Amino acid sequence: MTTRRMACILCPSGCELDVRTSGEPTADSVVVEGNLCPRGEEYALEELLNPRRTLTTTVLVRGGVGTQTSVKTAAPVPRESLAAVRAALLGTTIDAPVAIGDRVAEDVAGTGVDVVATRAIPRRSDPVDVRLRNR
Amino acid sequence: MSDRRETDVVVIGGGPAGLSAAAAAAEAGAKVVLVDRNRQLGGILNQCIHDGFGLQAFGEVLTGPEFAARVAARALEAGIEVHTDTMVTDLTSSRELVCTTSGERYPLRAEAVVLAMGCRERTRGMLRIPGTRPAGVYTAGAAQWLTNMADVRVGRRVFILGSGDVGLIMARRLVWEGAEVAGVAELLPYPSGLPRNVSQCLEEYDIPLYLAHSVTCIHGRDRVEAVTVTRFDERRLPIAGTEFEVACDTLLLSVGLIPENELSRNADVVLDPMTGGAVVNERYMTSVDGIFSCGNVLHIHDLADRAAEEGDRAGRCAARYALGPSTSRREELRIDAGEGIRYVVPQRAERSAEELLVSLRISEPADRCTAVVTAGDRVIAEESLRHGHPSTMVQMRLRSRGGIDADRLEVRMR
Repeated sequence: MTTRRMACILCPSGCELDVRTSGEPTADSVVVEGNLCPRGEEYALEELLNPRRTLTTTVLVRGGVGTQTSVKTAAPVPRESLAAVRAALLGTTIDAPVAIGDRVAEDVAGTGVDVVATRAIPRRSDPVDVRLRNR
Repeated sequence: MSDRRETDVVVIGGGPAGLSAAAAAAEAGAKVVLVDRNRQLGGILNQCIHDGFGLQAFGEVLTGPEFAARVAARALEAGIEVHTDTMVTDLTSSRELVCTTSGERYPLRAEAVVLAMGCRERTRGMLRIPGTRPAGVYTAGAAQWLTNMADVRVGRRVFILGSGDVGLIMARRLVWEGAEVAGVAELLPYPSGLPRNVSQCLEEYDIPLYLAHSVTCIHGRDRVEAVTVTRFDERRLPIAGTEFEVACDTLLLSVGLIPENELSRNADVVLDPMTGGAVVNERYMTSVDGIFSCGNVLHIHDLADRAAEEGDRAGRCAARYALGPSTSRREELRIDAGEGIRYVVPQRAERSAEELLVSLRISEPADRCTAVVTAGDRVIAEESLRHGHPSTMVQMRLRSRGGIDADRLEVRMR
């Protein structure tokens, strides 16, 4: 029987889990304490068997207000593929305008997961939203 | 100068707290003007490109910019007027404001003002770290802006002083950008950031965390070349002979956030020395009638969701104040931070209050502990904490039909 303390990273509650395993971890053999919700148990098991992470970074934008936008993997990817995902995005440049959710890369680094924009970038030539200037 | 403009509610600051306050006030029927010094709404969330936001507020995991876009959309749909690229440069206790924008200064007056200016970072000068003055010393937030908004690489080999959340997030971000993070030093014997960030940003990348250590010298002439790291004892004094040198070209500082209350002081708002923010009652109203405060300018939050929720509550109260009949301040009781509690917000409450949301931080980490609210000998609420930690804000909801029959409440650890 081994006990491992891990912080659940699914939400900002950040429950500190006490995870007890004996032998190979399975849904039945793993005992999780300290989770405020059932997701904590799922997280602990997945963390033992197949840890996944959401990668967030930036890519360059041409013709926009500012030079870059932020992006994320549309779903968590296996932890060991984070470096490959980041490498695949290096040098990526997209054109303004950018809307939140726009696809920036498809099936990135063979993970089956897309990369999407997380910040809207208007074109430099577009007029400023009047609601932001109406005084 | 244009004519003086009158409105129901002015919100100062367009981050998560200010946008939520503006939205809630407008939804309650008030005419709202929001003033922000940046071009884009959302405040610091726009540079917080990592995920983990929104689970409490929206029931899904969002990045900072996505969270900002949601709260901004709500405020704009509620019909608020926004003045971006504009700084409020003066505020009086009679709620008269001066706004300054490129080439123009103009006055505003409001029935209610919501302070939501956020906070700023502690700097090297405030720490008085000895050594030379080379390039390559950044606050963690400045490095975050350069990396995420301006496409600037801040350094190749980085040491981080302080284990605040922004520094932890930046450690992982810089690793992902190809930099090496040589370590993090924290003066306290425990991390000041959230446990989940220590886990997912440091431990996962084998970045050493030196607890009870600090940087005692910065080396380098033009650019940082190394830092001296020293162990500190429990009285927070350096222990001779424990120094070691770490080669690096960059030093990030993540050593605390300070509520930005210069305008509040102008308006004679009474501040709490423990939070650095205003003293407020349960409606988030400060010592000055009609001036409200919420978000990081009131007290430092660990979650944007909570700052937004607080803004929502403050905005509703501000609208009620602006639109309602003028009433004088009702009798208030004190809420004090007792043993084991660093601070409590609100610090005051009207005796007639039937519901109170108390936010607090405990002083020291403790497993299986209980925070209690007492009125004299009576315990009127308690909250048990499995892994209590100063980095994690605790909130307690108090209900008492017919108001609170006490002059003073105390929150303490049992």
